[in-house]
Amino acid sequence: MWSTQNSQLGAPSLDAFPVAAVTNDHNLKTTQSHRYSSGGQKSKSLRLVAPMWNGTRGIHRLGGAVVPEGNQKKERTMLQFLTDHFYDVEALRGYLLQREMCKVHLKNRFRDKEWIRPDKYGHFSPEFWNFREVPVEAVDASDCEINYEGLDNLLLLKELQSLSLQRCPHVDDWCLSRLYPLADSLQELSLAGCPRVSERGLACLHHLQNLRRLDISDLPAVSNPGLTQILVEEMLPNCQVVGVDWAEGLKLGPEEQPQDTASPVPA
Amino acid sequence: MIRRVLPHGLGRGLLTRRPGTRRGGFSLDWDGKVSEIKKKIKSILPGTPCDLLPDTSHLPPEHSDVVIVGGGVLGLSVAYWLKKLENRQGGMRVLVVERDHTYSQASTGLSVGGICQQFSLPENIQLSLFSASFLRNINEYLAVTNAPPLDLQFNPSGYLLLASEKDAAAMESNVKVQKQEGAKVCLMSPDQLRNKFPWINTEGVALASYGMENEGWFDPWCLLHGLRQKVGVFFCQGEVTRFVTSSQHMLTTDDEMVTLKSIHEVHVKMDHSLEYQPVECAIVINAAGAWSAQIAALAGIGKGPPGTLQGTKLPVEPRKEEEPDPANLEVDHDFFQEKVWPHLALRVPAFETLKVQTAWAGYYDYNTFDQNGVVGPHPLVVNMYFATGFSGHGLQQAPGVGRAVAEMILEGSFQTIDLSPFLFNRFYLGEKTQENNIM
Repeated sequence: MWSTQNSQLGAPSLDAFPVAAVTNDHNLKTTQSHRYSSGGQKSKSLRLVAPMWNGTRGIHRLGGAVVPEGNQKKERTMLQFLTDHFYDVEALRGYLLQREMCKVHLKNRFRDKEWIRPDKYGHFSPEFWNFREVPVEAVDASDCEINYEGLDNLLLLKELQSLSLQRCPHVDDWCLSRLYPLADSLQELSLAGCPRVSERGLACLHHLQNLRRLDISDLPAVSNPGLTQILVEEMLPNCQVVGVDWAEGLKLGPEEQPQDTASPVPA
Repeated sequence: MIRRVLPHGLGRGLLTRRPGTRRGGFSLDWDGKVSEIKKKIKSILPGTPCDLLPDTSHLPPEHSDVVIVGGGVLGLSVAYWLKKLENRQGGMRVLVVERDHTYSQASTGLSVGGICQQFSLPENIQLSLFSASFLRNINEYLAVTNAPPLDLQFNPSGYLLLASEKDAAAMESNVKVQKQEGAKVCLMSPDQLRNKFPWINTEGVALASYGMENEGWFDPWCLLHGLRQKVGVFFCQGEVTRFVTSSQHMLTTDDEMVTLKSIHEVHVKMDHSLEYQPVECAIVINAAGAWSAQIAALAGIGKGPPGTLQGTKLPVEPRKEEEPDPANLEVDHDFFQEKVWPHLALRVPAFETLKVQTAWAGYYDYNTFDQNGVVGPHPLVVNMYFATGFSGHGLQQAPGVGRAVAEMILEGSFQTIDLSPFLFNRFYLGEKTQENNIM
């Protein structure tokens, strides 16, 4: 129910989208004006989840900028929801980053490192600056419309260990050729189900020598999955390549033709 | 109709049998005559091919604003960008004249299709970078409704250049320029090279530069096909045989007589016939690749005392020095055995047992002066623009060059990438725009 977005690293993009429980326009208006004032109260509750993490105050402010009267009640159910879904800080971080990337098209305008955007009042939120020190270790961008330019933002994450790009419709060979800056830290990569990735793109993963786990299942554009798996395994000797059964590319031998399943006794 | 009229007309009494069976009178070959009359009527009615006017559908139009000589990737790229950057839809009528629709000898189709940013000239690097982004977004540029998306089969492998001790400094400074322009290239020492590519023999190698992104190879036919189907211009199969020019004599500030020519008609000869069509035009673009010098000569470029501007020829030839004879495109297998294979086997020991499986040959539009392209107008033939002479890297620079020439024509100057070092003047002035990293 964090239907809003705006949680990018360092960006108080507050042309706010209303948050979770807002149901009518009236709420919308009040959220915008109460953005800063309601922030203070929320931070207390979220401390239970991530006490060290000041940044969440800002996010939660956006997330929790609901009508003041309804605050307490909604705040508790939201807390419940948060504790249920985000059982640890890792997951919360990962989730937040994923939501950031869903706004890739808008944010692509900021291709330099700074993603700072002033809100419509022209203010920056100071708390967001703390966020920048937190190293990101895992990013889950599955089903995300991230594209070549959007990867600019991911490549800045010098300590990224796990990246999941499953089923991303715009990730293609050109995008894979951009992943080499993550070579030092990246250990896990998943490309399962990306419709545009072919064996040519997989070939440029040879830079990622620290990769330990690579998932290349279900890639429709790869012409010979079995052979590709073997070549990738050769290319990355320390990596466990998952996803393709080597027997997939083989044809059935003559004595193993599919048997008549209707007969009770195997032939 | 007449047949039906007859029984009614003659009354029932007289005609009890069908007219065809009567003797004499109307019966002789009545059916045949009627069908003849029907045929004649059909041929006169509209909507049927009529021999009143001769058929000119195979000829190019009589007027065209721009005539592009050469339908390879450069010519089509210029056509594409002219159409894309024109202010009004349909504002310019562009005609592309290509002699061979099968592209059997055109450099584009026979090209390896590599793209690389490791040049020493910033302009070359920028052109290549732009082309990489063009190719990456090719479906946004060249999408046609209801046509399947283009698959360039791009292989992002990267180019690796090796330098010996004496070239190492030059390589380092080149890489610096490349990085400044935004190319993603890294330098590698022999140790790093051995680490990364253990199958390379690093003897004699002092430094290597490796392109990390936007370098590799792709399918040139796909690009050509994509441009062809996108570009809404007249496409004509024929050969340019003549330019009809008009001259103006002018005095320069030093009181020297200068003859400025402008081409106002192009004669396009049809294949396998003597028929030709004079096409009136305002601008001619020479994108004829390996044969550009001949087209330039038709316009009178180079006809004059040597050393003068009139006498400066377009120095584009179909071959490099020391390469096989370009008289035909037969593969010279000995050339490979003697000149190429020794170097390969030395550098990569695994290639010692190499066997050639297939080979093909193609032309370079080789600029004998400084191995870089010629872009922009000719100083004397004021409406001929060049887009040729790229000596082996024309394919990878085509999108950028096409845009530059279109900008030159439409705006009068280069807007995005400044290709002034590639203007024709340098041949007369003797200033070489030399590229140090030739591939």
